[in-house]
Amino acid sequence: MTTKLMGEPVRRREDLRLITGRGRYTDDIGHGAAAAAFVRSPYAHARILGIDVDAALDVEGVIAIYTYEDLVGPMAEPLPVLIPHPQLTAPRTGFPLARDVVQHVGEAVVMVVATDRYVAEDVCDRITVSYEELPVVVGVDAARAAAHAVHEDVPDNVAARHHQETGDVEAALAASARTLSFTQYIERSACMPMEGKGVHAVWNHDDSSLRVHTSTQASTSVRAAIAAKLQLSLEKVEVIAPDVGGGFGVKIVHPWPEELLVPMAAIALGQPVHWAEDRREHFISSAHEREQRQEITVGYDDEGRVTALDVRAWHDNGAYTPYGIIVPIVTATQLVGPYAVPVYRVRIDSVYTNTVIVTPYRGAGRPQGCYAMERTMDRIAQDLGLDRAEVRRRNLIQPDQFPYDHHLTFQDGRPVIYDSGNYEGLLDKLVALVGWDRAEERRAEAASRGKQLGIGMAMYVEGTGPGPYEGGHVQVLGSGKVLVSTGLTSQGQGHETAFAQIVAHELGVPIEDVEVTTGDTRRFGYAVGTFASRAAVMSGNAIALAARGVRAKALRIAADVLEADVDDLEIDEGLVQVKGTPGASIPLRTVAVLSNPLRYAFDEAARQATQFAGPGDDSKPPVAVGDAPGLEHVDYYSPIRSTFASGAHAAVVEIDPTTWEIDVVDYAVVHDCGNIINPMIVEGQVHGGVAQGVGGALYERMAYDGDGQLQNASFMDFLMPYASEVPDVVIDHQETPSPLNPLGLKGAGEAGVIPGTACIASAIEDAVGRRIAAMPISPTELYDLVRNPDAERVPAAPTGVPA
Amino acid sequence: MIVSTERTISVTVNGVPRETTVPARRLLSDALRHDLQLTGTHVGCEHGVCGACTVLVDGTPVRSCLVLAVQVDGKAVTTVEGLARDDGRGGEILHPVQEAFRECHALQCGFCTPGFLMTMAAGLEARDRSTDITEDEVDEIVGGNLCRCTGYANIKKACRHAAGLMKEAAE
Repeated sequence: MTTKLMGEPVRRREDLRLITGRGRYTDDIGHGAAAAAFVRSPYAHARILGIDVDAALDVEGVIAIYTYEDLVGPMAEPLPVLIPHPQLTAPRTGFPLARDVVQHVGEAVVMVVATDRYVAEDVCDRITVSYEELPVVVGVDAARAAAHAVHEDVPDNVAARHHQETGDVEAALAASARTLSFTQYIERSACMPMEGKGVHAVWNHDDSSLRVHTSTQASTSVRAAIAAKLQLSLEKVEVIAPDVGGGFGVKIVHPWPEELLVPMAAIALGQPVHWAEDRREHFISSAHEREQRQEITVGYDDEGRVTALDVRAWHDNGAYTPYGIIVPIVTATQLVGPYAVPVYRVRIDSVYTNTVIVTPYRGAGRPQGCYAMERTMDRIAQDLGLDRAEVRRRNLIQPDQFPYDHHLTFQDGRPVIYDSGNYEGLLDKLVALVGWDRAEERRAEAASRGKQLGIGMAMYVEGTGPGPYEGGHVQVLGSGKVLVSTGLTSQGQGHETAFAQIVAHELGVPIEDVEVTTGDTRRFGYAVGTFASRAAVMSGNAIALAARGVRAKALRIAADVLEADVDDLEIDEGLVQVKGTPGASIPLRTVAVLSNPLRYAFDEAARQATQFAGPGDDSKPPVAVGDAPGLEHVDYYSPIRSTFASGAHAAVVEIDPTTWEIDVVDYAVVHDCGNIINPMIVEGQVHGGVAQGVGGALYERMAYDGDGQLQNASFMDFLMPYASEVPDVVIDHQETPSPLNPLGLKGAGEAGVIPGTACIASAIEDAVGRRIAAMPISPTELYDLVRNPDAERVPAAPTGVPA
Repeated sequence: MIVSTERTISVTVNGVPRETTVPARRLLSDALRHDLQLTGTHVGCEHGVCGACTVLVDGTPVRSCLVLAVQVDGKAVTTVEGLARDDGRGGEILHPVQEAFRECHALQCGFCTPGFLMTMAAGLEARDRSTDITEDEVDEIVGGNLCRCTGYANIKKACRHAAGLMKEAAE
């Protein structure tokens, strides 16, 4: 029997090349290409008065210098608004190179192409751009106040007013036994993949075709954007995402200015051009996320059951809205989490500031929504003197309530209907895993060591695997090799392994024979991209369907050869055989050969399929009507709506009352992503997400000053967690399959990061007894909070004691 | 004034004597990647913070983005491409840290991985292999490099596993 593969911790097929230095990332490709570098705005808001390149022209090695004036046709138009939305009433995007106004520090103004990057930067240094400074808007509150406008024609700085409601919230609040209101903030962080962006473009003059390698999460759409902007026919453009050194969302945005400008230069100059983003460029010209101000009013009964929830929030979208209002929509719709909220209203204004654009970073608005809902649960518990776990339990959607319709519209334009779940099961497992009921003992023990211990929890539901679709192609070659391709891209999630497991399982072939290609438009032209924890759900199911198509065809051909009934055949270890009849078999590779009737025998295997090789049925055409040569199949998976994964996290913190250092000593995760293809990979995703959650809760923030200068634009100053900052994580699984897709999968990529800020805030509050109203929080801020006599005190609530 | 003085340097890279002419200002990371086309060494921050570009210079881990190529004239540099040994039959024998990374799922995107491998290889080779590795040693070895994918749990696990493999080999 074929070794069981689905659900097994199969070691990754990507790893050998990556541990021996044979991976190929964008910057590893194209030795000897000309190098691009950019002059970027040093001001957050300014009018460009002039660009003087005279001193740069005599630098040895300069090849070309481009400004806005050199852009023609669609390139001279604003970059696309990728995801239009009726509530995005004032969308604004920049130009590939700034036209007359720059809206954030780091916006590209001039592109230089030179013989190498060192020379290109020398040239940049000699270009003088003169500016007239304009008033700067930084932070949601300044944007709301609108003393100054980011975009002259958007005086209130509001790009969009997103609004959803499920009933008359004001009446429901008025009718509630109890209500409370509070305001809280969450700050900016960013994806910060270890590899920045990069683009390499080669123009083939002989056949007028363009090949672009780019570190993207959406190669098919980059291809379409390049074709549109550079006015090329789609079939003349190939876009490949090679090995990509992490994405976490920032590389789903496209086309980045550089993804258009580098190919433009390669065509104009008739030579390959290359650009590798440096880390400072990544900080000031890629994307950030998370900043919101949230005002929450909740109504509830005396038992802590929520009766109404009203959320008013302001979301900082930075200088432009190329990715629409996806992040605030996700916050708005995922906020309710695993809870039955009878009446809900959410209004989020997405506002402009003179800062780097805000687009999805792992979690994509969910951490903010979770922060709002979970802190609400904590406040209800504190108000009623109830255990925080118990309040949550009383509000959970029950297992018999699925499918559960929240009457909201999700980021894919489809209803938020939870497909399946068992939230009480998650909570039970979490309480056991973290030892919730032993919190008071632990608090006392920590106190005896001079430490303040606190425990917190947070639950979430994550809409994963949104459409519209992904596709898969599976082809068995005469060599027995099985080629698999899908259009979406990989940034380290182990797709080559997970998809190979699916195909080996579905087709009955050894996994060693399966080769998977992702993100290469030469192999698969139709795709959406890798985001929203969708790769396994979307491409996994599409590939499974494609493999099933190949299997059906293989059985049909083999049934003819073996003179057997299709239903009596099985495929195992690459051999099609009659069940229970040893010897009555044909290798799948031979079936592949026979599937393609030949005239010419180019090798030994092909001989078997040539026209004189054996007796044929003269009454039928060699390829049946409606059939096609080759043992291959393409299929697509397009879901009716997203599938909803879920989980619960708990954190135990110890605080040193001398230094106010916050140490996360325990971190427990229970998660449910439906059926699991590879638990090793899923746990790896959880570990990585938790590390980013801890970073976002305690260390990472984008420190803009009032002039819109990012004060910490380097790894020296922007504090990403090292190993010393990340707690050991204990994980428990629950598998509630999705009824929506053939493999029963739900996404797992983002989950680990979602509840981090909420549950760590809860734990710190539990430890120090003071309201935490802004995250992340540093030891200094915690010290100031605890020392401030006006800071709100939090009544001690029992932990682990059912009320 | 832009002055670009070139220097010819001799350096043994992964056991092979190489001679290359580089501008004096060329970083070792760029010389390895672009002049010698050893692209396994990755550049993550250009500030010596992330450790992705770590290589061994005369056996000692060095951040190649903080070293000029001319500074390694006459020295021996080992990059991730030189970590596995030739098995004498056209194949390679992976270093225990490479084996451990694969076994323990200690990499996802793989971009920081070469730096971790070089740091860990040097760290484990410098210690007494006959003893079991301690958690403090693991923390010390993995504590100076950044990874954005793994959350470090499996990198620490790989460090323990590699130390175990090296202990077994020494016995």
